[in-house]
Amino acid sequence: MEAYLNLFVKSIFIENMIFAYFLGMCSYLAVSKTVKTAVGLGLAVIFVLAITVPINFLLDTYLLRPGALSWMGSQYATLDLSFLSFIMFIAVIASMVQLVEMVVEKFAPALYGALGIFLPLIAVNCAILGGSLFMQQKDFSGVAESAVYGLGSGIGWLLAILAIAAIREKITYSNVPAPLRGLGITFIITGLMALGFMSFMGIKL
Amino acid sequence: MNRDSNLYTFIFATIMVLVVASALAFTATSLKDLQASNVRKEKMQNILATIGIETDREKAETLYNKYIVEELSLISGGKIDSNSNAFELELNNELKKPIAEQHFPLYVANVEGVKSYVVPLRGSGLWNAIWGYIALKEDKNTIQGAVFDHVGETAGLGAEITQQWFQNRFVGEKVFDEAGNLVGINVSKTNNDPKDLDKDDHEVDAISGATITGDGVTDMIKERLQHYLPYLKSADESLASNQ
Amino acid sequence: MEKNVSNSKQEPTILFVNKEREPLLSKKNRKLLSDPMDDNNPITVQVLGICSALAITVQLKPALVMSVSVMAVMAASNVIISLLRNLIPNRIRIIVQLVVVAAMVILVDQVLRAYAYDVSKELSIFIGLIITNCIVMGRLEAFALGHGVWKSFLDGIGNAAGYGVILIIVAFFRELLGSGKLLGYQVIPDAVYAMGYENNGLMLLSPMALITVGILIWIQRSRNRGLIEKN
Repeated sequence: MEAYLNLFVKSIFIENMIFAYFLGMCSYLAVSKTVKTAVGLGLAVIFVLAITVPINFLLDTYLLRPGALSWMGSQYATLDLSFLSFIMFIAVIASMVQLVEMVVEKFAPALYGALGIFLPLIAVNCAILGGSLFMQQKDFSGVAESAVYGLGSGIGWLLAILAIAAIREKITYSNVPAPLRGLGITFIITGLMALGFMSFMGIKL
Repeated sequence: MNRDSNLYTFIFATIMVLVVASALAFTATSLKDLQASNVRKEKMQNILATIGIETDREKAETLYNKYIVEELSLISGGKIDSNSNAFELELNNELKKPIAEQHFPLYVANVEGVKSYVVPLRGSGLWNAIWGYIALKEDKNTIQGAVFDHVGETAGLGAEITQQWFQNRFVGEKVFDEAGNLVGINVSKTNNDPKDLDKDDHEVDAISGATITGDGVTDMIKERLQHYLPYLKSADESLASNQ
Repeated sequence: MEKNVSNSKQEPTILFVNKEREPLLSKKNRKLLSDPMDDNNPITVQVLGICSALAITVQLKPALVMSVSVMAVMAASNVIISLLRNLIPNRIRIIVQLVVVAAMVILVDQVLRAYAYDVSKELSIFIGLIITNCIVMGRLEAFALGHGVWKSFLDGIGNAAGYGVILIIVAFFRELLGSGKLLGYQVIPDAVYAMGYENNGLMLLSPMALITVGILIWIQRSRNRGLIEKN
């Protein structure tokens, strides 16, 4: 239990997708003008990350990594399909996004109204594929661990976009030097926030 | 045919998947041997580096076969399991097993009649796994050389553990204290000896800004070496005679 | 994107018509190459492809390799999508693009692992993230789907170069100020260190990549006033 909590906190604060790895920056910059849209996208990211990371973990463990196919019989034990992992991961992500979109549209039209336009964007959000690739690199021991990691990374991403959106809403009233307005100042603020987040580094629960 | 009809979409998707899959499978299979040999040779190169033999990747295999005389696969209690191939063991997979079932690879080198023992290491740094090899001299106590590597430590900080100047600090340090207890090597921030001239203090100077990676190295050396104690102690007249 | 699709329907044979009338590097085509360097830079103006960019800018060498890899992937996938642009079913357009890009990235990854093992180790997962690098997908959607093969090729090269330029500038300053080295070789002489100069370790930490890009944008926009955002 403690290990899960540790991983959870770590993936939210220390290995924050935005502040430590800059993943998902494109949509982070594009959709952070108002808090409302930022929350919508953030929730969608949490949702998709929490689903795709464990699915891709299963794929990786039982299909892709060297020796993963041994459950099919010993003659398959030497197969190594890991070269397919990028394409499998992205296919899972794209189809999960599609599926989530359809399910949400059917059963929660209100939520779909809020998330609708963001869902397709998510397939190309680096944070999602990044989550799966980090998962592969981290060698998790079970589905639960990878699910916790996915969930935590998503929450970290939501936190980051929420914070920057709130700051950007305020900063419209500030006198920023003209060439820095918009994109430039957003980069710099993100950098400063990332510096702040670095103070979480090294926390061990 | 109508580009938006279901049939067309289906046919297009099928053809695409087939073409892409076969192209990728072809490349992957044809490059596989080359990739595997890269990984293999790098491992040999690292092992050789710990015993002071610098080589490029091309010559690694020949030199490895020349200098590494034994590849031992130890099980708990210091016994040798002759059925398992030490070089093929993935420490990563071994570490997941319970201690009793783990194998501990050990490479014995013989350079111009001088023996040394290379122990593979694996632990965790700040972000992710770190690993390496450490070579003990014939007395099974003094470090002859060390090599470290990592997946994703901070470049310029933690990632500096792969640099020669850091690894050189370990040379000549001892892993056992006077009484023969395993103390390992402490990567220390409060070392009063930044040039590492004192080789009896079981400490090396840490990299500034890389505290956690350094702690990872400390833990990794001690944790791994303790599993080799039975072997190192058993045939260990040299250590005893030193004291 | 709707507009681009209809464009491609109106002039489906743009490649063959143009080939005869237009020289390969006509003024318009040269613009495809030069525009992304400044006026339409993918990172500082279009705000695409930042994700995978910043994490590998601590040192110059991985930044260079990343730029070249992105260029290879972009040029190749732009050409392929442009060739297929009249065949791809509209509904699965995005998936087709993803598959093509992913396949290209896997090729690059495999080749690097076989022939440039050390570099591929350094780039680790970031090579995979080229797949979701928004510039690649963005240019496929916005350009390759509606333009001829040669133009798409140039557009791919141009945008990848514009992306690479930023990467290299950022990496240059971070490596120089952070570790006093370039491409792994020490460039700041020992004499300077002896006088009390210290490497700025802060430059090596990830937040400084963001701040460096912010400053680059500042410089670029004060020179090129047309790019300033209203807001």
